[in-house]
Amino acid sequence: MNQDLRELYQEVIIDHGRHPRNFKKLEDHSHSQEGYNPLCGDRLMLYLKVEKNRVIDAAFEGVGCAISMASASLMTSQIKGKTLEEIQQLFQAFHCLVTTPEPPASIQDCLGKLTVLGGVRDFPTRIKCATLAWHTMNAGLDSKIHEQAVSTESSTDLSEESSTGEGKEQPVER
Amino acid sequence: MPLTSSRSSTSVTQTASGVDWGTLRQDFPILSQLIHGHSLVYLDNAASSQKPNAVIEAIDHYYRHDNANVHRGVYTLSERATQAYEATRDKVQAFLNATEREEIIFVRGTTEAINLVAQSFARPRLKPCDEILISAMEHHSNIVPWQMVCEQTGAQLNVVPINDNAEIVLDDYRKLLNENTRLVAITHISNALGSINPVQEMIALAHEQSIPVLLDGAQAAPHLAVDVQALDCDFYALSSHKIYGPTGIGVLYGKRTWLDAMEPYQGGGDMISSVTFAKTEYNVLPYKFEAGTPNIAGVVGFGTALDYVSEIGLDNIAEREQQLLNYATQALLPLQGLRIIGTAKHKASIISFVLESAHPHDISTILDQQGVAIRAGHHCAMPVMDRFKVPATARASLAFYNNEDDIDRLAEGIKEVNRIFGGV
Repeated sequence: MNQDLRELYQEVIIDHGRHPRNFKKLEDHSHSQEGYNPLCGDRLMLYLKVEKNRVIDAAFEGVGCAISMASASLMTSQIKGKTLEEIQQLFQAFHCLVTTPEPPASIQDCLGKLTVLGGVRDFPTRIKCATLAWHTMNAGLDSKIHEQAVSTESSTDLSEESSTGEGKEQPVER
Repeated sequence: MPLTSSRSSTSVTQTASGVDWGTLRQDFPILSQLIHGHSLVYLDNAASSQKPNAVIEAIDHYYRHDNANVHRGVYTLSERATQAYEATRDKVQAFLNATEREEIIFVRGTTEAINLVAQSFARPRLKPCDEILISAMEHHSNIVPWQMVCEQTGAQLNVVPINDNAEIVLDDYRKLLNENTRLVAITHISNALGSINPVQEMIALAHEQSIPVLLDGAQAAPHLAVDVQALDCDFYALSSHKIYGPTGIGVLYGKRTWLDAMEPYQGGGDMISSVTFAKTEYNVLPYKFEAGTPNIAGVVGFGTALDYVSEIGLDNIAEREQQLLNYATQALLPLQGLRIIGTAKHKASIISFVLESAHPHDISTILDQQGVAIRAGHHCAMPVMDRFKVPATARASLAFYNNEDDIDRLAEGIKEVNRIFGGV
């Protein structure tokens, strides 16, 4: 296995990909949101329980690759107990981690275990796998759009990932 | 072109046909490059095939020496361009064994060909309670145009189911043909599963009830000899880029009786014989359906691609690809946790599979790091994924320029996936 692959498929990712944490339906959720990547078929349903501006529980169900499952697993573990403002900061830091060639060391502290997903930045076609859960969460917390599934191909947040040529998959093939 | 019968019988890539497949591979310059430090193994031919030097050079030559608009200019370049463009029409006629050259319409690809038939043939004829019949293994481009025309007319879209081996059962098909069926649109070979459908019988059954049949030949045209007269299909659609030609060009074959009776698909230059503000007379076939300046360089390159495959021979190609399919099936089946999706008795060189240990995208990423290019995803056939209850598959699709070494590299790559994900 080469260095890039070793970086991408770290043990933590393989572990969370195969045995995702918080993988269940949260019956008493306050927010739920479906996330979908129509280009590859990754699909997840995210459940959040928000009280007094704080996420007190998070869970998800779905199907997808190791990267998307591990990302959702790690994200739901990390956001529990955090305020919505802290979660926004985490989102920004995570986005920076997976899309910036050399992310500043400062974000590593903020992200903790989530830094294991940094290897995805060397695989442009896989960045959306890592960010699907995060965009789903953002859409879920934004009550204006949480009625319909958020798609990696229609979210404006994702256009940044595409405009740099990163995270862009093309629906080619007949 | 190296078609010899006197080469050494020790060559592993030589078959009974006498074609030296190893030498033919060298006609494809893109294949001799390194990807992540490994020689490229290209196994996504069902998505798009690579181009031989002859095709690349023909396009280059056209732009350097012959480029001008067709059917217009009275000067040497335009005459050359027109001649090259129309020569390809003759080549397609021969390739498909169509009765007349006027039955060959140049379009952007299979997708546009099907949309043309949906809008110019089906739409004016369909009434509410009419039916269009497709199968459960269609590519989106042979589903969505029909859904659109059904939406426009109130007609209904019916779907022939497929069995667990990914085969159409003729009895199921027969039951769905009825007096309301106005058109059958079926893929000749499934892009996601490899199944070769019993189209000859399906067409005969439809014709017993005077129902016309369109075949989606995007996958079939590169892999087996197509004879539209023997098939007696009413329409046949194909894409150049799957037959070693350039992208952006394809063909709609239609029986003259249908094409003559159809309204144009698009209006513009070249498709008219006279225009006044009061009335426009449409041009004759095939130009009635070729509005605007066409993809001339694409057509020229496509003509060269057809020369190239015709010289090798579609029967030889089919035989070699069956060899490769058998070799690949034997190489992949024993791999731990691997399941092939699409096990039709009659199958082209397409292997869709899933692994217990890893998702298709992870498989594809790991294989790519070893220089092996396969497709991962739903293959523009989401209903097929639903049918087999998988979110996606990995797909290796073989062309005649692939060889046993490529397949060994694929198998090694999958073992690496298992090692990374399963510790085996």
